[in-house]
Amino acid sequence: MPGRQLIMNFEVTPTSHTFADYKARGGYETLGKALAMAPADITKEVTASGLLGHGGAAFPVGRKWGVMKPNPGEIHYLCANADEGEPGTFKDRWILEHAPHLLVESMLITSYALGVRHAFVYIRGEFDLPYRRIQAAIDEAYAAGLLGKPVPGSDFTLDIVVYRGAGSYVCGEASGLITSIEGRKPYPRNRPPRLTVKGLFQKPTVINNVESLANITGIIRMGAEEFRKVGTAKSPGTQLISISGHIAKPGVYEVEYGYSWAKFLDEDCGGMLHGAKMKCVVPGGISTKVLTRAEIENLTLSHESVNPAGSGLGSGGMIVIAEGTCMVRLLQVLLRFYHHESCGQCTPCREGMGWMHRIIDRILAGEGLPEDIDRLYAISHANDGTTICGMGDAAGFATVGILNKFRDEFEYFIANKRSKMDGRLECPA
Amino acid sequence: MRHLIPEFEKMKERFPAGFEESLVLPCLHRIQADRGFVADEDIVALCEYLKVPRIQVEEVLSYYTMLRREGIGKTHLQVCRNIACSMRGAEGVIEHACKRLGVKPGATTADGKFTLSTVECLGSCGTAPVVMVNDAYHENITLETLDRIIDGVVEERAVEIKK
Repeated sequence: MPGRQLIMNFEVTPTSHTFADYKARGGYETLGKALAMAPADITKEVTASGLLGHGGAAFPVGRKWGVMKPNPGEIHYLCANADEGEPGTFKDRWILEHAPHLLVESMLITSYALGVRHAFVYIRGEFDLPYRRIQAAIDEAYAAGLLGKPVPGSDFTLDIVVYRGAGSYVCGEASGLITSIEGRKPYPRNRPPRLTVKGLFQKPTVINNVESLANITGIIRMGAEEFRKVGTAKSPGTQLISISGHIAKPGVYEVEYGYSWAKFLDEDCGGMLHGAKMKCVVPGGISTKVLTRAEIENLTLSHESVNPAGSGLGSGGMIVIAEGTCMVRLLQVLLRFYHHESCGQCTPCREGMGWMHRIIDRILAGEGLPEDIDRLYAISHANDGTTICGMGDAAGFATVGILNKFRDEFEYFIANKRSKMDGRLECPA
Repeated sequence: MRHLIPEFEKMKERFPAGFEESLVLPCLHRIQADRGFVADEDIVALCEYLKVPRIQVEEVLSYYTMLRREGIGKTHLQVCRNIACSMRGAEGVIEHACKRLGVKPGATTADGKFTLSTVECLGSCGTAPVVMVNDAYHENITLETLDRIIDGVVEERAVEIKK
């Protein structure tokens, strides 16, 4: 077990996701404690906990809440971002499937703290079981009188709507998500104004990732001081890491911040698939830069350890890549994805993703030109900071990350019209 | 679509007041589940019901990849081909599906039984490769399990509880 566990701290059984089982584990007890506190004190506790957002940007949750400054009588909204679409990431799905009531209780506490009357769970449309599980949990909470009417012993009422997306990566971006709930195509919005000032239908809105919210119940139950004893001083708590690729035991692991990265891969995840050698690893979703095995050897899984290495833990979507994998073909998969998912609002991203996709296709077809590598760099840089949302930058980061470290494979492919690594993406047995 | 209005009214109850426009997407999902796709007459009726301009419904329909304007085969096979699935054999799965069904991705078999699509990340990377069979995820797909799906042996969800 990679350190202490705050979320995956119960045994998964065929009924562990139900209201009865959650209640038997002490579920909804923290809600009572929270409702006895002043709303502002909950925000204070969350700020003191140092909880960092788990959607990818690691923005302090307390600071986001602090901007909202709830005024009684005004309308505020809360959205749980369950539009998990960053390739390599599948950890929110674990919470939705196995601990949906933890999310519901956390949303109740958060809504009370922020003066929210209506909250949303925005879930990607493809998620079938996670959707049924969270909807069933919410229906159970309605039946138990926790939603839809005042929570027993208080005058606080909340409604939660599960809103299904319909296949769009950009909906995971907070402002795109909001535009989608407004019944439109999910064009992200320029900031300022921040969404905590003008969000859903122009009302102050907090959007937190599912995993960030899932931590709220624990923080209020144990108190900020106890929570900070888990993890490191700069990265308090734990992170759900969803690991995939050429690894022996893929899956979702809850890792206490500060745990050794090498130990996590070699022991907890069972080492490489088929005993292969590791070439590199995508740390937190494909939009974070790849790191080689040598680079991570002495790092720990914490923001203060990974960020200085030029990458980040992002959404916790870790993809392990074995020696012998063709990085030219790997980049083609990524660029095809970004091209497909660009919403088309901003010119640099809409055009740039297409250009990059076509260039990499040309290289793979054996028609690459020596200057194509510099072109990929140039387009990546042109996207950086010139688009409304971060997708343009993200595609650039991913591309530059791979080109910087594996330029020789691209040069070889262009010169010889074939892969230096026999063109494989799979790891042979 | 009109026979679904009682359901839409129920759906509305949990939304805040003034959120009619938000119902565009959930209503389209429901219409598609009912008919298999969204027809012209559905668009007209939905605009009338929600009092939103037609351009808004058309925009949503043409943007989101899960929404369809035309019918598809009885069984929709959607094979993920993003990074984690490709690294675990998705390309072989796609090739095998094409061979078995005799169609390319994006096409429907002549008998109308199958539509084959390739999709980007389904968020099931730890159990790659993954194929969506209609609404259900089938994880850790092998060529044998794919054959069983195509042969109609596997109809229920393959992985209900993942420990």
